[in-house]
Amino acid sequence: MKASVIVFPGSNCDRDIQVALRNSIGGPVHMVWHGDSEMAKTDLIVLPGGFSYGDYLRCGAMSARSPIMREVVARAESGVAVLGICNGFQVLLEAGLLPGALLSNAGLKFVCRDVHIRVENSQTPFTNGYERGQVLRIPVAHHDGQYFAAPGTLAELHQRDQIAFRYCGKSAGADNPQFSPPFNPNGSIDDIAGIFNDRKTVLGLMPHPERAADPLHGGTDGCGLLDSLVAALS
Amino acid sequence: MKARVHISYKTGVLDPQGKAIGLTLENLGFAGVDHVQQGKLIELELAESDADKARKLVEAMCEKLLANTVIENYAIELDSE
Repeated sequence: MKASVIVFPGSNCDRDIQVALRNSIGGPVHMVWHGDSEMAKTDLIVLPGGFSYGDYLRCGAMSARSPIMREVVARAESGVAVLGICNGFQVLLEAGLLPGALLSNAGLKFVCRDVHIRVENSQTPFTNGYERGQVLRIPVAHHDGQYFAAPGTLAELHQRDQIAFRYCGKSAGADNPQFSPPFNPNGSIDDIAGIFNDRKTVLGLMPHPERAADPLHGGTDGCGLLDSLVAALS
Repeated sequence: MKARVHISYKTGVLDPQGKAIGLTLENLGFAGVDHVQQGKLIELELAESDADKARKLVEAMCEKLLANTVIENYAIELDSE
């Protein structure tokens, strides 16, 4: 499996995801500069976390219009898997690869802590290593992570099983969901932490799986996402 | 020609900054403020001197970059002085 990480000016989780992916794949992970307009053949494209372009105008707005993104959109349309983490999720929304938008956290504070999220759909290349209803502990670190979608879009997300993860309590399960405050760190609508596109080939999420991918991180719940991709795309 | 683009959140989008400003105004004793919304103002100086063409140009800029029409409305003001 070949994976590529796009590096924007201001990306700061690009190395973390590169290391985590390299461990899961057992081989090299390519870094691609945002100003490039071409990319070698790849099975997975990752848009990493960070503060690309200093969050100018809107988070992800500038990056979504950078030269490499035309290529990313074309690859995504041809079915190549695309994963956007945190700022990468913001870029995917701004690029129109996922529906909705991310607003400032409802509490107006930068939130940096572990959260619990529940796997809502495990029948995808990103989540096949998890069980539906499984609760993961993964860190978030963001100021603009409040997911918003208009009522019609939200209904479609539910209908098409496009909700990947929802913020929940530690002991939530498939049958006893625990949603909303105090578990939702940012006021996201319906406690949404991550969504897929309709084809389930694009995933954007606010939590950082690459920061829960080594025992030294204090948890390894994020490995399942990377291992799912390796299983699906190798 | 100068253009000013006013960008604001659509109805139904939670604007926590607007809310915080409203609460602070209330705390300062300003009564009767029902709603506060914080937006953005972008000023452009254009080479185009034809108002219709300038408006079309700025509209295209708004749709492509300046506003995120999922959550934001925009209003364009032109000043030909």
